[in-house]
Amino acid sequence: MTGAEIDDVVPVATTWTSGRIITKELPTPETVRLRMLVEDRQRHAPGQHYLVRLRAPDDYTAQRSYSVASDDDDPLVEFLVERLPGGEVSEFLADVAEVGDVLELRGPIGRWFVWDTHTPAFCLVGGTGVVPAVAMIRTARRLGRADQLAVVAVGRSPEMLPYVDELMRAGAAVAFTRHEDGRRPAGPPTRDELLPLLDSAEVFYVCGSARFAEYAVPLLLDCGVNPQSVRVEQFGATG
Amino acid sequence: MPVTRGFFRKRPEGPAGRLPPGQYDTGGSWPVLTAEATPRVNLDSWTLSVDGLVDRPTTWTWAEIQQLPRSTFTGDIHCVTTWSKFDVAFSGVSVDDLLAAAGPQEDARFLMAHSSTGYTTNLPMADVTDGRAWVVWEYGGQPLARQHGGPVRLLVPHLYFWKSAKWISRLELMAEDQPGFWERNGYHDRGDPWLEQRYQGDP
Repeated sequence: MTGAEIDDVVPVATTWTSGRIITKELPTPETVRLRMLVEDRQRHAPGQHYLVRLRAPDDYTAQRSYSVASDDDDPLVEFLVERLPGGEVSEFLADVAEVGDVLELRGPIGRWFVWDTHTPAFCLVGGTGVVPAVAMIRTARRLGRADQLAVVAVGRSPEMLPYVDELMRAGAAVAFTRHEDGRRPAGPPTRDELLPLLDSAEVFYVCGSARFAEYAVPLLLDCGVNPQSVRVEQFGATG
Repeated sequence: MPVTRGFFRKRPEGPAGRLPPGQYDTGGSWPVLTAEATPRVNLDSWTLSVDGLVDRPTTWTWAEIQQLPRSTFTGDIHCVTTWSKFDVAFSGVSVDDLLAAAGPQEDARFLMAHSSTGYTTNLPMADVTDGRAWVVWEYGGQPLARQHGGPVRLLVPHLYFWKSAKWISRLELMAEDQPGFWERNGYHDRGDPWLEQRYQGDP
């Protein structure tokens, strides 16, 4: 966690603003994708997130953090949110929010789980944890630096993995844990599958559920990756 | 800010006066948020040091820290990602006892907590003294799990939980404030949940 790159970071203050939902889709059964026009928008780096805050008539609020999927160059800010059972914010976004609605937003936030677009990077991401990797892929493509980024995305099946088509088109390796696709048997990625992809990477990003991170981080370390070069973003509960 | 169309409170209000603004009660679960690879810390070689602006820089081994008076915190914890967890119990030692052994110098006004991973977080001395901070290794009477910072973490429950550094290894006393890891990466310098000091730019 040490190193010049984070010591050089200049703190940036953010304030609450608002954004209008321009498009809304349900790309997989458990996710909602929102593309929003953000007022007074600040530039973002791939990997950063926004806060979304909902306000009830009694002024009760609920806020959650969601990673940005879009490139900084995109006129809209794109979020892909997993609809969690009982999720106060995610169920609202999936079931109630409509195109044209205005939500409170604050961002971009986070200066650790970000890619500087120069350092050769490797992403091992699972489920909706693919979102920051999608932002990295989009930014790398715009800058002509796709060769600086390798992505391994893990999902239960093609139907359950957000952005699966875009990931595969971008050359990401995709592993399905419950789906045999003719290239590989169903199951999580293995050390032998990862090793050839790690060669040149200097920074490693892991994003996914707590359970995914508990698998992914030891797998990287088992491949000889230096723990100090691993950046983790994990979500969800453990017992 | 205007009301969000179609949004209504679904969660119960929770015990009066215990849920800081913008937080929700996570109930029985304990979300894990970690920015780095979870280390395996061996208690045989584990140490905790208090150094910097102290008269007697002091290092405790696992066996030695067990000899200090046991102290337990029972109460609530609050994470910047908006979950709060009520009625948790952590046991270990009071930071007051560690500081008393090392003898803080008069100009020591801030503390940098260091983890074995390189994680850091900064705190004013006033937030870690007078029974407000602990170094803990038990949660609910059981050894603290690795993913929650075990074997030994810092506990500063009146501030957002990123201040309670996991895998604690060193408390460094300083004259001037310096930002720690998250404080350099967009989080608030102090992190009082009752003032909603979450990110840079908050009051």
